[in-house]
Amino acid sequence: MLNEYDISALLVTLKLASITTVILILVGTPIAWWLSQTRFKFKAVIEAIIALPLILPPTVLGFYLLMTLGTNGPIGNFLESLGGSSIAFTFTGLVVGSVIYSLPFVVQPLQNSFGSIGKQPMEVAATLGASKLDRFFTVAVPLARSGFITASVLGFAHTVGEFGVVLMIGGNIPGETGVLSIAIYDHVEAMEYGQAHVLAGGLLVLSFVMLLIVYIFNGRFSIMRSD
Amino acid sequence: MIECQIKIDFDSFILDANFSIPDKGVTVIFGPSGSGKTSLLRVLAGLERAHNGFLKIGDSIWQDSENFVLTHNRQIGYVFQDTTLFDHLNVQGNLDYGMKRSSNIEKEFIDSILNLLDIKILLNRSTAQLSGGEKQRVAIARALLIKPKILLMDEPLSALDIKRKQEILPYLDALHNDLDIPIIYVTHSPDEASRLADYLLLLDNGQVIGSGPINNMLTRFDLPMSHGSEATSLVEAKVISREKEFDLMHLEFPGGEFIVPDNKLAIGSNVRLRVSARDVSLTKEKQIDTSILNIFPAIVDEMSPEGKAQIMVRLKIKEITLLTLITKKSAKVLNLKNGSKVFAQIKSAAILS
Repeated sequence: MLNEYDISALLVTLKLASITTVILILVGTPIAWWLSQTRFKFKAVIEAIIALPLILPPTVLGFYLLMTLGTNGPIGNFLESLGGSSIAFTFTGLVVGSVIYSLPFVVQPLQNSFGSIGKQPMEVAATLGASKLDRFFTVAVPLARSGFITASVLGFAHTVGEFGVVLMIGGNIPGETGVLSIAIYDHVEAMEYGQAHVLAGGLLVLSFVMLLIVYIFNGRFSIMRSD
Repeated sequence: MIECQIKIDFDSFILDANFSIPDKGVTVIFGPSGSGKTSLLRVLAGLERAHNGFLKIGDSIWQDSENFVLTHNRQIGYVFQDTTLFDHLNVQGNLDYGMKRSSNIEKEFIDSILNLLDIKILLNRSTAQLSGGEKQRVAIARALLIKPKILLMDEPLSALDIKRKQEILPYLDALHNDLDIPIIYVTHSPDEASRLADYLLLLDNGQVIGSGPINNMLTRFDLPMSHGSEATSLVEAKVISREKEFDLMHLEFPGGEFIVPDNKLAIGSNVRLRVSARDVSLTKEKQIDTSILNIFPAIVDEMSPEGKAQIMVRLKIKEITLLTLITKKSAKVLNLKNGSKVFAQIKSAAILS
């Protein structure tokens, strides 16, 4: 049913989505916490930048990433000057692109969750002897549990579903940067509708199940809700 | 002593807290809502920070020009206005949260606190399975179990209905009697203040307008509480005997013996009586044929007019201070002056604890 190319695309996709999700939680949590607590004057600017991938055509994002990460881009140049090579058209490049592309899907639910905790539980924890970091991990994180579930599922699912960014920056190298969404496109191009159906149907079911999990675990979830 | 000199400009008012109060017993911070009571408590806890100021509790300095001790290092028990149990932990988990971060909490001490607040049967419940009163008792126990240097309570009864209040008050009396740490208690309820306070700190519009032992504060004519028909004074007494035939108890206080209806308190218990200024009348000669049981010789200390017709009289019965509200006409008929010798007839007194 699945040929070798499809299986490798599936594995690359799962690996990409898993690594991206872990990085997104690690990067997104401090950003979301900071945004939920700060009274920084230009907070709205930061929020808008993080939310950009929500509305930007993925090809635009992919194009700029290619420009910066590629051999002639500033970051590509920098990496080459260190004796490395450009990360465009590599798996690492895909991860970088995916992290940026899915960032709002992780930061926004976390920020909403942290915001809805309010400052009182943290103050209570302080009066009970918990330091700032201590109370973050023992009070804020457990109370924001639903936000973490939502953020992980959305980050993962959104990475699985990306197309434009990976097309621009990944280059569809089998086993390296060839992912499912592109494999589907290739099958359709080649008029292999049966193969395309298997992959597309699989993704449809997977996405539905993941969203179902989110809605079952937290009834009040909405990505568009602002705090 | 607890010494505080802190000024903070909040958006809506300026808190200018300059006072010193004893570091034992219950000090009630009293004032109308919006007077800055909660803000003051938060300053003591380190939850609000003034750039300059001085704060010292006993021999620990919590803030001076160089240092600011952060809340989690202050070793305070803080009971918030609404219940603040962590919903991701059960009752035991909530109690453990503070204890894990403190040292030298002995098992006997834990037992004594759990018994004092009567929460042993609640330990395995989730917070959702507790009533409002139970939640507040657990929150108080959680605060006490870290062996705080001071217990700060922010209107702990205000979120509860009358029935729950009545349920919690005896536990607060027990804290008052059994613990030797200072308690600072914020309230705007005169009933709670007169029941619990040893010492009173009056706050109005962010300013400390007076502080002192509770009965002095209630009877000082320069302060608002000694005026109006709600004025009261307090008498501390001890149960010494009962009169079974009439279901009465006899209480001893420096001015003599008080007789009140028996409320089953054990012989030897300390009680606090609240005497409304309206329930005290004065005579020149001691009345013999009267229904009033409590008559004590007293001396007029000071008088202050109340409106056109009345006058508030502060009496001394030995070292006890009592207020009485009488008409100006009566004062003239009795020829009352500062230092006049009179008899105070106390028609009724409420037992507060």
